[in-house]
Amino acid sequence: MEKNDLSLSQESEERGEETALLLGNEAVAQGAWEAGVKVVSSYPGTPSTEITETAAKFPEVNVQWASNEKVATEVVFGAALAGARAMTCMKHVGVNVAADPLFTAAYTGVNAGMVVCCADDPAMHSSQNEQDSRYYARAAHIPMLEPADSQECKDFTKLAFQMSEDLDTPVFIRLTTRVSHARSVVTLGVRDELSVKPYHKDAMKYVMMPGMARKRHLDVQKREEFLTEAANTLPINVMKLRDTSMGVVTSGICYQYVRDALPNASTLKLGMVYPLPMKLIENFASKVDRLIVIEELEGLIERDMKAAGIACEGKKYTGIQGELSVERIQSALLNKPMPELSANDLPARPPVLCPGCPHRGVFYAFNRLGLRVMGDIGCYTLSALAPLSAMDACLCMGASIGMASGAERAQGREFSKGTVAVLGDSTFIHSGITSLVDAVYNQEAITVVILDNRITGMTGHQQNPASGKDIHGNPAPAVDLEKLCESCGVKHVTVVDPFDLKAVEKALREETARDEVSVIIARRPCALLDKIVRPPYVIENCKNCGACMKLSCPAIEHREDRVEINASLCIGCGMCAQVCPFKAIREGVRA
Amino acid sequence: MSKPVFDLVIVGVGGQGTLLASKILGQLAMNAKLGVKVSEVHGMSQRGGSVITHVRVGERVHSPLVAMGNADYLVSFEALEAARAAAYLKQGGVLIANSQRISPMPVITGVASYPNNPLQNPALAGRKVEAVDALSLAVEAGSAKAVNLVLLGLLSRHLSFTDEEWKHAIAVCVPRRTLEVNIRAFENGRASLSAAES
Repeated sequence: MEKNDLSLSQESEERGEETALLLGNEAVAQGAWEAGVKVVSSYPGTPSTEITETAAKFPEVNVQWASNEKVATEVVFGAALAGARAMTCMKHVGVNVAADPLFTAAYTGVNAGMVVCCADDPAMHSSQNEQDSRYYARAAHIPMLEPADSQECKDFTKLAFQMSEDLDTPVFIRLTTRVSHARSVVTLGVRDELSVKPYHKDAMKYVMMPGMARKRHLDVQKREEFLTEAANTLPINVMKLRDTSMGVVTSGICYQYVRDALPNASTLKLGMVYPLPMKLIENFASKVDRLIVIEELEGLIERDMKAAGIACEGKKYTGIQGELSVERIQSALLNKPMPELSANDLPARPPVLCPGCPHRGVFYAFNRLGLRVMGDIGCYTLSALAPLSAMDACLCMGASIGMASGAERAQGREFSKGTVAVLGDSTFIHSGITSLVDAVYNQEAITVVILDNRITGMTGHQQNPASGKDIHGNPAPAVDLEKLCESCGVKHVTVVDPFDLKAVEKALREETARDEVSVIIARRPCALLDKIVRPPYVIENCKNCGACMKLSCPAIEHREDRVEINASLCIGCGMCAQVCPFKAIREGVRA
Repeated sequence: MSKPVFDLVIVGVGGQGTLLASKILGQLAMNAKLGVKVSEVHGMSQRGGSVITHVRVGERVHSPLVAMGNADYLVSFEALEAARAAAYLKQGGVLIANSQRISPMPVITGVASYPNNPLQNPALAGRKVEAVDALSLAVEAGSAKAVNLVLLGLLSRHLSFTDEEWKHAIAVCVPRRTLEVNIRAFENGRASLSAAES
C-alpha cells in the first residue's frame, strides 16, 4: 500500500466513449471481464443471478452453474489457487451455504484474485430473510466493497481483484437489490488479458491443519491491521464537505438516497464497508456538528463508530427493517410526513403459479389428501398462498426433507403417513441429497416429492445438473434422479406426470402409507418453457360448485353464477376437466 | 412538450413486458446524453404479481427510485395497477394507461371484486388520464406482446425526443425479427389518441 497499490487505475485503459446502460449485475460481470477473470461459478439466486448470466456471454471466461454456493466457492477457490482470477456470485442466503470454505479461504489467501459477490435483498422482494452480509466480512475477516451504481459496480469489481492479489485474500463485493437491478450508464473498457499464474505447492499456506492455520491466523490479523490503516486513504472512501451542520456516513444505495433526501448535507461515502477507515471517520466527525449514519438493515457502521468513541446517531431514526428510501430518510431526519399509497383498499395482486404450471396438481392433491407439507424454496413456495394454502413450513434450500425427518422423530412414525417433504429438482441437487441420505440412514418413513420441472424456475430458468444442459444451453450429462435416489438407499421411487391427478393421488396414498423412506418424482417441464399448443378448455352448463377453483388457476375465474375460463390465459393443461364432478369442462376446439 | 428531464413509473402485471419498455426509455435517454437510472423488478413478483419499474432522467440522477408524488408520468399496463400506483404521480402528472383488466387472484377466487372504474379512482384526481385499449392496438400491429410499444407510442407525444431517436432506441432493444411489429405498435400508440380525439 506504501506503493499506492490500491489506487484505481482504469483511466488509461478506457476505450474512448463507448457506454452502455447496464444493470449493476451486468456491470459487475463487465468489471470482472475487464479484470481478466477466467473462471466464474455460481448458483442462481435473486438478486444476483444476472451477474453470472452476463459473464457467460464472454467467450474468454469459463462460466458454469454449480450445484450450490459451497461448491461454487470451492471451484472458484481452486481456480484462484491454480493461478486464474475467479469469481462467484450469490444471493445473501447463499453466503450461508458458502461460509464454510470462505472462512478458511481467508486464512489461506489466494494465488490469483478471488472475488465473492453477494447480493442482499433488503425488504425481501424475493427472499426468506433480510440478513446483512456485512456481518460475514467482519466474522471472516474478509474485506468488503460496496458500490452505489453500475459504474461503481464495474470499477469496484476491478479494484476487488487487484486488492485480492495485493493483499492475498478473497474480497467481497456487496450489492443490494436496488444496485443489482438498477440500470445506469457505464463506460466500457477493454479486457486485461492476464496469463494464468504458475501453480505452486505450498502446504504451509494451503493445507489448513492446526499447526499451519495458527500461523496463517496471524497473517489474517496483520493483513487486517494493514488494511484498516490503508482504508483511511483508499480513494473509494470519499469525504465531501458541504453544509457542515450535518454530516452523514453512508455507503452503497443509501448514499444515493441521502444525496436526494439531504442534498446539502456533508457526506462520507464508504466504498469499502469493511474494514472501516476509523481515522477518516474521526476526521469527518470533527468537521461536522451533527453526525448521522445512514445504513440499511443492521447498524454495523454505527456500532463500530460508537465502539471507537465517535458520537453518532443512526438506527434510532432509520430502524433495521426493509429498504430505506428518500422518503424514509426525509421523514426520519426532517420530520416530513411519510407519503402513503393512497389507494390501499384495492385488491392485492400476489404472484401466482402460472396457468399450466405442473406444480399445481401436486399441491391440489396434497390438499385432497389432507397432508402436512414440509416445503422448500422455489416457484412452488407460492402454493403456500391462498387459495391453495398447501404448505406448512419453508425455511431454506433443501430443508423440507430434514424438517419431515425431525417431525417424525418428534411425533412418531405414524406422523409421516400424513406428511410429505416437497422440493424442486434444482433445490434437491442443491442441498436435498444429503438430507435424503440422512433419512434413509436413520431408517425414517418420510415421503419426499421432487417436483422435477427440468429447470431452475423462480430465478428465471437456469440450467442445473438435472436438466441436461449447461449454462450455454449445450448438452450436459443429466443426473438421473431415480437412480440417484435408489443409490441413496430409497427402495421405492415412483415417477408420475403431475397433469395426471389420479396418478399423483394414487402415488401419494401408496408412498405415504409405507413404513420406510420413499420418493415420488413429479416430472413435467416448466409451463413457461414447454409451450403446449392445445386449445383452451371450455365450460358448459357450469353448476357453480367451485371444485375447479380449488386448483388456484389464474385462468379460471369466478363469476356470480358460474366460473369462466379465460381463453387468453388457458394453455390447455386439462387439470380442471379432471376435477369437475359434472364433466362440464372439456377440451376446446382449435380455432 | 416537456424537457426530456422526468421521473416516470411503469406498473403492470408480471409477464406483461414492462421491463422492455423501461429498457427502451433508458436507452433513449442515454443516447441523448442525459443522466438516467432505471430500477427494475426481477424474481418472485414476475410470476403474475404487481410489478413496478422506475425511470429517472435528468442531468444527474442519484436515487434510482422515483419518490412518491414526484412522477411526471405513470405508464400503466393494467387498469387496477394504475390506481394502485396513483400516489407516485404528481398533481398535474400524466397517466398513460392500458384500459385492459387482468383479474388478480383474490378477484378470481371471488373473495374481492375488481373495482368498477379504476382509472377514475379518487387517488387519480388532478392527474391527466390518457387511456387506450393497448392490447387491441398491439394485436392490430401483429402481436399481443407489443402492448409495451403501444404505450410508449402514446407516451412519446409528451416527450421531446424525435421520431428517429425513438426508433433508434427501439431497434437497439428489441430482437430484429420483431422490430417491424414493434415499430408498427409504437406508431399505433402514437396515433391512437389523436384518432380518438378527432
